[in-house]
Amino acid sequence: MTSIDTVEALLENNEALQAAKTFLFQLADDDYITSFRGSEWLGLAPHIEEDVAFSSITQNTMGHAVLVYQTLEALGEAEADKLAHARPAGERLSSVYLEKPNGPGTYLDEPHYDWALAVIRLYLYETWKKIRLQTAARGSIRPVAAAAEKILMEQPYHLAHWKMWAVQLLDSTPEAKERLEERIAEAWREAGDMISFGGHGQTFLENGVTADSEEALQLRWLEEVRSVLPAPAELPLKEAGDGRRKEHGSDLDQALKTCSEVFTSDREAVW
Amino acid sequence: MYNFIEHVNGSEPEAVEDEAKYAQFMERIENGEKIEADDWMPEEYRQTLIKLISMHGISEIMGALPEKEWVPKAPTLYRKLGIMAKVQDEMGHGQLLLRVAEDLMAPYGRSREDLMMDLLSGDLKFHNVFHMETRTWADAGVIGWLVDGAAIISQTNMLDASYGPYQRALQRICAEEVFHAQHGEAIVMALAEGTPEQKAMLQEAVDRWWPSLLMFFGPGSAETTGSSKQEVTTKYKIRKSSNEELRQAFLDKYLPRVFSLGLTIPDDTLRYDEEKEQWEYEQPDWNEFKQIIKNNGPRSAERLRLRELAYENNRWVRRALSNEPVVQA
Repeated sequence: MTSIDTVEALLENNEALQAAKTFLFQLADDDYITSFRGSEWLGLAPHIEEDVAFSSITQNTMGHAVLVYQTLEALGEAEADKLAHARPAGERLSSVYLEKPNGPGTYLDEPHYDWALAVIRLYLYETWKKIRLQTAARGSIRPVAAAAEKILMEQPYHLAHWKMWAVQLLDSTPEAKERLEERIAEAWREAGDMISFGGHGQTFLENGVTADSEEALQLRWLEEVRSVLPAPAELPLKEAGDGRRKEHGSDLDQALKTCSEVFTSDREAVW
Repeated sequence: MYNFIEHVNGSEPEAVEDEAKYAQFMERIENGEKIEADDWMPEEYRQTLIKLISMHGISEIMGALPEKEWVPKAPTLYRKLGIMAKVQDEMGHGQLLLRVAEDLMAPYGRSREDLMMDLLSGDLKFHNVFHMETRTWADAGVIGWLVDGAAIISQTNMLDASYGPYQRALQRICAEEVFHAQHGEAIVMALAEGTPEQKAMLQEAVDRWWPSLLMFFGPGSAETTGSSKQEVTTKYKIRKSSNEELRQAFLDKYLPRVFSLGLTIPDDTLRYDEEKEQWEYEQPDWNEFKQIIKNNGPRSAERLRLRELAYENNRWVRRALSNEPVVQA
């Protein structure tokens, strides 16, 4: 496959451009909602050291979303701030599993957040994120590969962090193990959209956005997470919806309302 | 950040335990030497440091909560990144300081767990400004610009503090606080140059924060609230200036900036006395201040509730990480 080395060249190849943009929107929207859910945790983590680490990861993750939205802006989409703040839920490609609230309550009022959900969800997500960044980095579309390479410079530390938590808690008290296992079972009912390309896998592969097939990547993910977690041998289901196909629940509406509250109070103002 | 330390139950400093050691210790203080965690130190010094540093540390942690309210709502991606970086720094400062406090408390067999319990029980106070509500995005700007600005004035005054571990932590904290003040100033500048609504939002925030900013440095003298311990901190060269000197330094630095942005201060009596070379201002309500730091401020209960929830909901995690069984409350 001939490689596409520049933004200009990509802009001239409509099929590759659409494929690249879809891949990037999936990535940026996932990171944006993940960073939002992470920011809700601030001050509520199990200990101060974890608050420091988690908020650092959350900040990096927002940085990744910014980088990818900016890449989309360079590819002819609206400016990054509008992509983040002005797109309605029905246009977003984030995974519904990542949109799920951290627990009962809101971040301002009675947040009964569950650390087991945080650990399992972020371990599963960061594992998938690594795999999809790696395949993009080996793909033949340079502007996409460059963004992936840049994110991969810090993302492995995020994955290592959540892996450490998962391993440590699974190897501790029966109570902790049980809590994690419940969240694993939940993930296998709901996280199916997170590890999917939403029907675009073949197009991604054919246009060199990814270097591997969707099926191969999913199996790689399954093998890796099963080496750490006591998880089923089959891929997760999509019982909560399919964000890759723009099917979202009210959780995303709520989240976006919060994230865009000040922005939408005056869209023309300089903030 | 904070120089207002209460006596616990009005207790007086204990009698000096060993006069020879005390004399030697004071000689080191006078010579500008740094005292380290394992060095001999008088009880009064140790207890003053524990109160000062544990309160400073816990205030950094509680201080992340008001701004946290605006982290997801930050109106642009860069503002989101900026405020995320800031609250992360605050948590980091809290962690650094609690580590320093823990070493000081070790001889009493007390740990960070005890500090957290003291916070929840109301025995450990946190800074008055972090009991206040944040109503609009302008609060994020004013907190960064003026509250952190006040913190810089107060903390740089202790950059040469006699206790080495605290002095070294402050070097890093002050360096980061400068970024925070710039972050806040950038938010404020955008609002000050913005739409009429943005300007009004900013002025409303400044009006609302003004009494808290005056209170920030603590009362001018012990008579005001009957419990200032500022003289002890200067005796041991933990800090240099009095509460009022710090407040005047803050007014000197920030009032010209406030006025140059076209903002006003809600105090008709505010003026600079050329003869005395100091600002004259209306005293904030120090009784209200006492109420605020007794956890009766506008948002005290809600902020403490967040820490309480974190403590309760993560009990199973602490149990999982601990080698010993954690006692059920």
